[in-house]
Amino acid sequence: MSLTETTYWVVGASFALYILIAIRSRAGTTQEFYVAGKGIHPVANGMATAADWMSAASFISMAGLIGLSYNGYGGSVFLMGWTGGYVILAMLIAPYLRKYGKFTVPEFIGDRYYSDAARVVAVICLIICSVTYVIGQMKGIGVAFSRFLETDYETGLFSGMFIVFFYAVLGGMKGITYTQIAQFCVLIFAYTVPAIFISLQLTGQPIPQLGLGSTLADGTYLLQKLDQTLLDLGFQEYTTSVRGSTLNMAAFTASLMIGTAGLPHVIIRFFTVPTVRAARASAGWALLFIAVLYTTAPAVAAMARLNIMQTLAPEPGQHLAIEERPAWFKNWEQTGLLGIDDKNGDGLIQYSADPETNELVKLDNDILVLANPEIANLPNWVIALVAAGGLAAALSTAAGLLLAISSAISHDLLKRTLMPDISERQELMASRLAMAVAVLGAGYLGLNPPGFAAGTVALAFGLAAASLFPALLLGIFSKRVTREGAILGMLAGIGVTLAYVFQHKGIMFIPGTGFLGDLPPNWFFGIEPNAFGVVGALVNFTVSLFVSRLTAPPPESVQQLVEDIRIPVSPRSS
Amino acid sequence: MALSDAETIRRTYWRENRRWMLILGSIWFVVSLGCGVLWVEPLNQIRLGGFKLGFWFAQQGAIYAFIILIFSYASVMARLEKRLGLEEPEA
Repeated sequence: MSLTETTYWVVGASFALYILIAIRSRAGTTQEFYVAGKGIHPVANGMATAADWMSAASFISMAGLIGLSYNGYGGSVFLMGWTGGYVILAMLIAPYLRKYGKFTVPEFIGDRYYSDAARVVAVICLIICSVTYVIGQMKGIGVAFSRFLETDYETGLFSGMFIVFFYAVLGGMKGITYTQIAQFCVLIFAYTVPAIFISLQLTGQPIPQLGLGSTLADGTYLLQKLDQTLLDLGFQEYTTSVRGSTLNMAAFTASLMIGTAGLPHVIIRFFTVPTVRAARASAGWALLFIAVLYTTAPAVAAMARLNIMQTLAPEPGQHLAIEERPAWFKNWEQTGLLGIDDKNGDGLIQYSADPETNELVKLDNDILVLANPEIANLPNWVIALVAAGGLAAALSTAAGLLLAISSAISHDLLKRTLMPDISERQELMASRLAMAVAVLGAGYLGLNPPGFAAGTVALAFGLAAASLFPALLLGIFSKRVTREGAILGMLAGIGVTLAYVFQHKGIMFIPGTGFLGDLPPNWFFGIEPNAFGVVGALVNFTVSLFVSRLTAPPPESVQQLVEDIRIPVSPRSS
Repeated sequence: MALSDAETIRRTYWRENRRWMLILGSIWFVVSLGCGVLWVEPLNQIRLGGFKLGFWFAQQGAIYAFIILIFSYASVMARLEKRLGLEEPEA
């Protein structure tokens, strides 16, 4: 069986599984549609959260981001940032919002800040974060299809949309939860199998996390060899190359952490478990499942980078002849992820850090994960599995985001703000309709990605960090923060962050409209735009607290609400 | 007095909760932004097998610590709730 046929079978089987689950888990009430009836076991919710969380970017791009773009140590910001947020979620956010016990994040903000205006501002923040995020997933689906199944991008995108449409519209959160559990199993298997093989081949150690610290066949440590090879080629050392400055790394890590804790599609997953206690435990399980991929990724990054460099330069000063390049190399050249240009015409590929002489002119981040199975000579079914895994990662995250968007529209805008009189059945109908529109809208944006689509996932984190996270945290931990404080705080946080990103990256990311230039010397204390969410959050906190001191305290009923969400059950007055 | 009992339980619960958040939150800061970013250079002088220690914290250790932190928090809070009679009924 050819590789493409195998891939069709494996991907087809995984899709059939998702459809089967969708048919068996239709939602009959709004409670099922929004929060899966609050009956999900904490371990099951942990798995679903892990799939919800790990996107196409985590699966396909993160190892390359760490190993290539950020040259090793600098990429740690993603590893620590995208996992450390779960500690904040588990301690500061999830248990209290679960106790509050309703359906959406803007709903909490609207009730806690006794204001429809606050609810609408929260809906807007949510939609900005989630829409920028979902575009990346739709592109991921299209790209995965076109690379592995040899369809064109549009066909791939439509197939993905059809699957998501099917289970998200029918089953809402209930359908999404059970498909996410299946998708987690597919994606984690697909990620770890090639990693185990590559670790075995390089170090003889089957566990990649340990393999990263082990020795190679020649007795030197893998990381030492990698450092030395990079230095020989004129790069910085892998294990010590800092991204920007220490301050920039700290700000970047902190932004991703608090952004994670403020992303609505992650928070609403914790509304699906039966108790506050289960919400806390569930965050632990979620991170455990996420960590399987997140501790494997740095091993894949280092090992694949070393593999590629040793293919190109087996010994210092020795270079691979263009004629002798392996089959996988040629395959990935056709997709445009690898590219060579024999600048000096000697028939050899000189790879170096100097752009003047470097002849490996294209080395895409995604190659580290996508080409791994071929570089390691793994059988076809493993390559097919990577395709199914990448699709599972993109589909599961897209579905979670679409639910956050559609429930904000049907529940917060329609039911809680514009048409409070609609019945339960009408709201369920409206939520399905909102979901259908959201899927089609996301598909449209996937087909016609707006100019600002590149690099927007990082922006989504910055915005969540600067807008929703402070409003949630203050809403739980302060009884004194008022609606005026929260609304102005959210607007100030999102405003400052967007202004900073736009002034360096262009207004709405249109090249040339950025008036300060995207150069490190112009950055505020050397903090890059993607790392600015933490500064936006500080602005939000300051404005909220300051304005709250100047305005009348929240009504008694709101202060009582805060007391109530802080404690799992009311103490028995005996 | 019945009412003040309920109030005492509430206060005790929140005080203990904040104490654990502070302790575990400090460890959270130390293992990630501390060992992984701020003090990475001195820690890199120490080796853990093939790893420089600071690099290990940044790419592996912090994540393991996060998992332990969350499960610790979940378990101390569950015990606290049991002690104060604040356990939720299983749904």
